[in-house]
Amino acid sequence: MEVVYKVFDSNGLVFAFLVVGVIMLFSYWFSKTITRGKIPGAAIAIVIGLILAFFGGKKGIADVPLFSGMAVLGGAMMRDFSVVATAMGANIVEIRRAGLAGILSLLVGVTFAFFIGGVIGYLMGYTDAQSFTTIGAGACSFIVGPITGSAIGASSDVIAISIAIGVVKSIMTTIVTPIIAKYIGLNNPHSAMVFGGLIGTTSGVAAGLAATDPKLVPYGALTATFYTGLGALLCPAVFYIVVQAVLP
Amino acid sequence: MKIYGVAILAACFLAGQIVGNLIGLWIDIPGNMGGVAFAMFFLILFNARMRKHGYIDTETEDGILFWNAMYIPIVVAMSSIQNVKAALSGGWVAIVVGVVATGLCFLLVPLLSRIGKVSAPEDNHLS
Repeated sequence: MEVVYKVFDSNGLVFAFLVVGVIMLFSYWFSKTITRGKIPGAAIAIVIGLILAFFGGKKGIADVPLFSGMAVLGGAMMRDFSVVATAMGANIVEIRRAGLAGILSLLVGVTFAFFIGGVIGYLMGYTDAQSFTTIGAGACSFIVGPITGSAIGASSDVIAISIAIGVVKSIMTTIVTPIIAKYIGLNNPHSAMVFGGLIGTTSGVAAGLAATDPKLVPYGALTATFYTGLGALLCPAVFYIVVQAVLP
Repeated sequence: MKIYGVAILAACFLAGQIVGNLIGLWIDIPGNMGGVAFAMFFLILFNARMRKHGYIDTETEDGILFWNAMYIPIVVAMSSIQNVKAALSGGWVAIVVGVVATGLCFLLVPLLSRIGKVSAPEDNHLS
């Protein structure tokens, strides 16, 4: 038994391939037989991933030494590498056609998330300019939140909340996207680009679209990849100045 | 050979990351801006060009398509390494702000999707 454990432990990435393979196998079987294809296999697999993450810590299940390979397989490098590969199926004409809508959705998405987030935070008692800005930035993504918070000198507990907000957003996007896709017209490249720009949180958009329709992934990823940069650009600078002007 | 495809993908990926990081540096933000998008454009352009000249064969293409197919498994692994506990430990503020702000952004999708689809953009005031 100890030998088996040792082999798994020292071959983390390979073990991760096996774990994910088993999750996929189970999920697609579950999707086909239990839900009769109503819930896509990918969506079930992603939810199982999230449940696994709950048993770990900061790095999800990867905090358990046996599963450390999941951090390599599911890390930003592999994610972005495979996202780029999906461009093979992307249609340049579609991208050009949705270009303007994509750019607008980015601006609207970052601005809207920031101010809605900030206002709700304000109503819940975080009334100073720094907290407003940091919480609003957290509503953009869990990367924009801490970048903004540390840039403007927010307190560490507010920064922690901003990260948590971003993670909630990412998880909610993952779970809710496939469920509401048809109600918001998310079934073509055009709306996928708008969706990526409006929501922005890369992992949420990536997982949500994968669970909805993998063909849409390249389009959503295309705009979402600009979101965090735009948020990190606007929140600590432009938006913070606006907030300071309004709040004492 | 399949490795050619993987190498092409790697080259596009790295070139995109470099461009994204340079832009990040230029506008003074930590990290990169649009690295993935630039990489995707490089791959699309490269692919179109190679295809035109008949340089790309199915073996090479398979090298790229393998990683394309690995996308969902990688996303599953990614979801298993999320900080789910932080999401729950952030308290009510985190959950309310996260859920409401995201939910409202979802509602904007059909609205903004109209832009550029049928007629010229008239929704500019939204930004």
